[in-house]
Amino acid sequence: MTDQTPPVADFQLVTRAGDQAAQKTAYGIPLAVLAELTHRCPLSCPYCSNPLNLEAASKELTTAEWCRVMDELAEIGVLQIHFSGGEPTVRKDLTELVRHATEVGLYSNLITSAVMLTKDRLQGLADAGLSHVQISVQGAEAGVADRIGGFKNGHSKKLDAARWTREVGLPLTINAPVHRQNLHQLEDIIAMAVALDADRLEVAHVQYYGWALKNRPSLMPSFAQVEAANHIVAEARERLSGVLDIDYVVPDYYAERPKQCMGGWGRQFFNISPAGKVLPCHAAESITGMVFDSLRDHSIRWIWDNSAAFNKYRGTDWMPEPCKSCEFKEVDFGGCRCQAFALTGSAGNTDPACAYKSPLHAEIFAKAATEAAEGQDRYLYRNFSGGTLETETL
Amino acid sequence: MDQTLRKSRPILDPASRPVLPRHVKLRFDKVRDRWLILVPERVLVPDDISVQVLQLCDGIRSIDAIVAVLAEKFAADPALILTDCLTLLQDLADKGYLLTRTETTA
Repeated sequence: MTDQTPPVADFQLVTRAGDQAAQKTAYGIPLAVLAELTHRCPLSCPYCSNPLNLEAASKELTTAEWCRVMDELAEIGVLQIHFSGGEPTVRKDLTELVRHATEVGLYSNLITSAVMLTKDRLQGLADAGLSHVQISVQGAEAGVADRIGGFKNGHSKKLDAARWTREVGLPLTINAPVHRQNLHQLEDIIAMAVALDADRLEVAHVQYYGWALKNRPSLMPSFAQVEAANHIVAEARERLSGVLDIDYVVPDYYAERPKQCMGGWGRQFFNISPAGKVLPCHAAESITGMVFDSLRDHSIRWIWDNSAAFNKYRGTDWMPEPCKSCEFKEVDFGGCRCQAFALTGSAGNTDPACAYKSPLHAEIFAKAATEAAEGQDRYLYRNFSGGTLETETL
Repeated sequence: MDQTLRKSRPILDPASRPVLPRHVKLRFDKVRDRWLILVPERVLVPDDISVQVLQLCDGIRSIDAIVAVLAEKFAADPALILTDCLTLLQDLADKGYLLTRTETTA
């Protein structure tokens, strides 16, 4: 399953003084790439970050195409590859792809729902040089989790896969997208990550575009829930220092300033879609009318430097007022283009998450708070046929 | 879930014998012309002295032995180097980027 927070590797300075303050610097080509091998997935999470129009299996890049891509990635200085999806283990050639990544010197991470993994397959992936496994969870126990994923017995399969991950000696990250209908289990999710011997836990508030935007009324937390979650994470970070590293992605609906989405459009992140389109963000295809170049037509280097889509919102020159004169424009780079498009109809508008500059902020976020309070709990499950509304029984 | 911690914070001392686990890769990056440490989801940039320290972390040498090598190489005060080393390595261990053996004698 694709999580809500595609990894953006930061350069972090390590010194003898133990200073690990993030040193975000422009280093040309990104350090990491998110490789979405497929949109196929056994789960149907209502907040999936894949686009509403999912790519058919017949359009997916072949094994040979991915290997050629990895050759170029390594050559131009990309250091890490995150195999994601959809569900990357759907691809029968996954082990072969990991082996190729290892051969060309790419550090490989697997971002998976884990429900299709076996211990043998994990061992094979480890032997091929896989360096890290990230397993998504939908809750702290099967009742809540299996309903959200729309997949019976998924939660127990994930727990098995998490144990096997540690048994074959791989570091484990648990990734927990959180929202109104599972935030009450946050403390148990943290305890579960510790019990599973995870090294890292990502607690990521769902971000609302694509499938999640369609499901916003059934996912949006209340402000009180968000405050409680902030407190739980802060307490756990202190208590579990040296035991569990917790990354926390805050929800921007209740924030005053927009997030620095992707570290800035076309600045330090890109992902490759199953069909080979190179995107500045995993949700970028939700911006209708934008044309994204394919690595079936161009090299990655050419696309990074020259693609109209990458250059459209790069830096700060594209900004209209009120962003253009804003003192924070080099801090948040204008926030999230996908969110601006989803909520205002134009990707060039001010991100409505900005309470200071967006004229739409108050209206949009009052609506979200109302949705959170009304408690419409039915999900629209993600699938290849435009989504299926939850029935009374799972 | 069981609330019991299955692991506790690793505390390093001069007798600890540190080693980078297989998922932590100290690598020279030709494209950027600098040493880097690749870890899950992140890239760390070690300064020159950190690189020297980490290259000596083989799971066999103790931190004391690492300090002795560096003190001789740089003609520097071992006590100062020990403090620096412990800070660096404890920080990496806390992040899960360093394994240690803590037997006092081999």
